[in-house]
Amino acid sequence: MEAPTFLDFIIHSTGLPAYLVFTWFVMLVILALALIVRGSLKLVPEGIQNVAESVVYGIYSFVEDILGKEETPKHFPLIATLAIFIFFANITELIPYFAPPTSNLNTTLSMALIVFVYYQFLGIKKHGFRYIKHFMGPVWWLVPLMFPIEVIGHFARIISLSVRLFGNIFGDDLLLAIIFFLAPWLVPLPIMGLVLFAASLQAFIFFLLSTLYIADAISEPEH
Amino acid sequence: MKGKVLLLSALAVLVALPALAAGDAETASAAANLVLKKYYMFVAMGGAIGLGLAAGGGGIGQGHAVNGTVLGTARNPALSGKLLTVMMIGLAMIESLVIYMLVIVLIIFYTNPFHI
Repeated sequence: MEAPTFLDFIIHSTGLPAYLVFTWFVMLVILALALIVRGSLKLVPEGIQNVAESVVYGIYSFVEDILGKEETPKHFPLIATLAIFIFFANITELIPYFAPPTSNLNTTLSMALIVFVYYQFLGIKKHGFRYIKHFMGPVWWLVPLMFPIEVIGHFARIISLSVRLFGNIFGDDLLLAIIFFLAPWLVPLPIMGLVLFAASLQAFIFFLLSTLYIADAISEPEH
Repeated sequence: MKGKVLLLSALAVLVALPALAAGDAETASAAANLVLKKYYMFVAMGGAIGLGLAAGGGGIGQGHAVNGTVLGTARNPALSGKLLTVMMIGLAMIESLVIYMLVIVLIIFYTNPFHI
């Protein structure tokens, strides 16, 4: 089931899996864009600096709405990196002969695991041992029921984050391949518009959910 | 003379043995193919029914979400941007449940989890 890709010459010569090579490709693209923006910084932005500033400010204001003013600068780099990387990784499925790195469960599972370990670590660092209170229910006599459900729910967040992104992008990739096979030339264009919308929405959902999990971990238990 | 006939018949049996073995391998692979076909028959039926149910439930849920957003926008058109954002988040959440079903069907279909 291996489809030919553009970077096959690297994949076949080094034996590395396709999603890893395309992850590096997306990283190179983002780094190149960042270096282009940094090369010509002006006080009054114009051109590509405008786009970069509006993107970063948009993500920052969104995270600030959820996390509050003083917590945002600490967690903003991880969240913004996730958002921008996932967006560019999803976009690469629109180019023919390119496989998006997020269409493989390895990429999405690694990102979900990073978010999971990060917010658990934050909760433990901020609350110490009282972090267990997040898993108890509202009243003390519901604890034997609530504690396993909460723990399973927290572990299910890994699966839900990774499988949501993987299923969406892999399904869109499969759909695009079939549509290209069935009706080439101009017919796939509306489908590609739909895929573009779905890809950006999935990137938005991933970073929004990460922000919400972080906000939930550092919040004071109000019960 | 009898010794030669015996030798020739023994040689003939020896030559015929590989044909017997090939026949065994053929029927064995045909039987395995039939079991595989039966497995994929069940996978196809189950996948189609399961995905159909998942898509139906997902469609109803997303319809409720859009219904609430449209009614809210009709009452208060100034809030339409915020309502649209919340609707998008809700739609992605509901859609992920349908996507879980798709992933299960893909796993059963493309990896052979029971090694049939």
